[in-house]
Amino acid sequence: MLWNAFLIALREIRRNLTRAILTVLGVVIGVSAVVTMVTLGRGATEAVKSQISGLGSNLLVIRPGMGFGARQNAAGVPQFTKADAAAISQQVAGIHSLAEVRTKWVSTIYRQKARNTNLTGTVPEYFEIGKWQLAEGRFFTEGDVRSGAAVCVIGETVRAALFGKGNPVGEKIRLQNASFEVIGLLSPKGQSGFGQDQDDAIVLPVTALQQRLMGRISNHIIDQILISGEDGYPTGEIIADTTALMRERRGIGPNEENNFNVVDTRQIADAVSSSTKVMTTLLGAVAGVSLLVGGIGIMNIMLVSVTERTREIGIRLAIGARAHEVLLQFLVEATTLACVGGITGLLLALGLCSGLSQLIQVPFLFDPKINAIAFGFSAAIGILFGFMPARRAARLDPIEALRHE
Amino acid sequence: MNPSGGEPLIRLRGLTKTYGRGDAAFQALRGVDLDIAKGEFVAVMGHSGSGKSTLMNILGCLDTPTTGSYRFEGIPVESLNPDQRSLLRRHALGFIFQGFNLLARTSALENVELPMLYRGTPRKERHERARAALARVGLPNKERNTPAEMSGGQQQRVAIARALVTDPGTLFADEPTGNLDSRTTHEIMELLCRLNEERGITILMVTHEDDVAAYAKRIVRVMDGRIESDVRNENRVMVRSSRGQVPGARGQEREEVNPAEEPYPA
Repeated sequence: MLWNAFLIALREIRRNLTRAILTVLGVVIGVSAVVTMVTLGRGATEAVKSQISGLGSNLLVIRPGMGFGARQNAAGVPQFTKADAAAISQQVAGIHSLAEVRTKWVSTIYRQKARNTNLTGTVPEYFEIGKWQLAEGRFFTEGDVRSGAAVCVIGETVRAALFGKGNPVGEKIRLQNASFEVIGLLSPKGQSGFGQDQDDAIVLPVTALQQRLMGRISNHIIDQILISGEDGYPTGEIIADTTALMRERRGIGPNEENNFNVVDTRQIADAVSSSTKVMTTLLGAVAGVSLLVGGIGIMNIMLVSVTERTREIGIRLAIGARAHEVLLQFLVEATTLACVGGITGLLLALGLCSGLSQLIQVPFLFDPKINAIAFGFSAAIGILFGFMPARRAARLDPIEALRHE
Repeated sequence: MNPSGGEPLIRLRGLTKTYGRGDAAFQALRGVDLDIAKGEFVAVMGHSGSGKSTLMNILGCLDTPTTGSYRFEGIPVESLNPDQRSLLRRHALGFIFQGFNLLARTSALENVELPMLYRGTPRKERHERARAALARVGLPNKERNTPAEMSGGQQQRVAIARALVTDPGTLFADEPTGNLDSRTTHEIMELLCRLNEERGITILMVTHEDDVAAYAKRIVRVMDGRIESDVRNENRVMVRSSRGQVPGARGQEREEVNPAEEPYPA
């Protein structure tokens, strides 16, 4: 009998294909929207989390200027010097390593290929503080910094742009007007929590940057200082000590504002992470609404066809179908549509997630729970509203069902 | 009236039907006694609102009486539950509705197959019998057409084919020619007469037209929920006998329904 009901149900579906497609569509949209949004949101949160752990422990950035962001390069703000870096290194407790950083935006040329890249002139501690790993070659050394050697370490994005899949180590590239040898390739880190591509990097000894690519006049200037604290040493104390030291060195009065700032990147990352979580929740809520709307769409289609279906039930009863046979048919019909819609929705979501996660560069984390919830909810609505009107109709005397207007 | 000497095929005693309740109550039937024997062709006549359709629906087990007894082949129908009535309709009764009541967007063939689907008839036999039934009502070329693609007369023929395909012992027809022109009416009435004559099917037909009732052997007139008159039709329209065998009849004997063996769930 089940097989029979199944056959009749399939016939009915084929016969009312538009109605069936609309029902299925409601489920598909609801399921795929919820699953896609929640999955991508979770992926984004995970990405931020993994970047936080990749940032290194207790990483502080000291920048000139008063704020973080647009005001950082405000004109007239005093720059740091090598002496500042040395003083912090010697006088502030709890510092594990310190790296001075000088940056410059230059064009990079290898054979026919050219692109603009931000150069980072620094010291070997930079790699340790930033938790950089090598894919090929070596980092530059203290000796390279002393001698101002024309060597550089490049990131994955730069390698891809200039060398394609080839091994860059040992090749010479031209930075502005000087020729540099690539001695190492950094392992990719991906996008940072702040949205920059961390792999779009060329790192070289700070001395080489200053002597070969800048005028000697700027030799003592440093753009920012990176500090990593010792394990277990409170970051707050390092920030306080560094701030006090710099205020003293610059002679800033007690009522004056700092003209530099010390940023704990971990705090920023935490903020980014929690705002990503809020976004995920928001996306989930939006998706939930679309699931609800999809559900209401299913409801509508089912209820609109009640009149026609009530007559159909009357006809079936009149020619000798028993109530439970008709109900089984409707149940099978509703279940089939809901399941077809649900599975299509899940597959669509799978495709969207894997496509979009590559596009916006977040990891694709398959979450069985949200898949099950979305599928279950829309299937339940589809089955409920396909079945309930049928149940009411099948309880009528056949003649009443036939007369239904 | 009762040639077999035993119980008639249909026996009504004191049948009433009331719609609504309280002040709005309307008595459609006010105590109907009626016996119908196997093989009869009865026309139930009356004006609109006389209760003839209500009577027909109760006889056809589509509706339930308020009081009174209805025995079909000795079975007290009023004591059956809805499922048992469904099985009675499935195995013993055929219906031709005034409004055709065909499934929309469904081919003629599938409409005719429908009752057999619930009987569990195998697929191949279903097709054969449905084709034969459509041929019998003169629609051999309309198997694939849906109701919307057919004229009223053709739809009515499909409905008749659906009623006949299970070879029911009793056929109920509610204004079977209500929507048809006179020529089609005549063709359909001829078909019903032949079914009655040649296959012994008992036919109960509701109509308000005298020239349709003229085909029946017996005419029952209903007025205000009571039987007004019940006479043999002396001026019966004689139908010329069919040319040879009725198509698709194949001379098979009809499936006899023995109520005692029916799988009525208790």
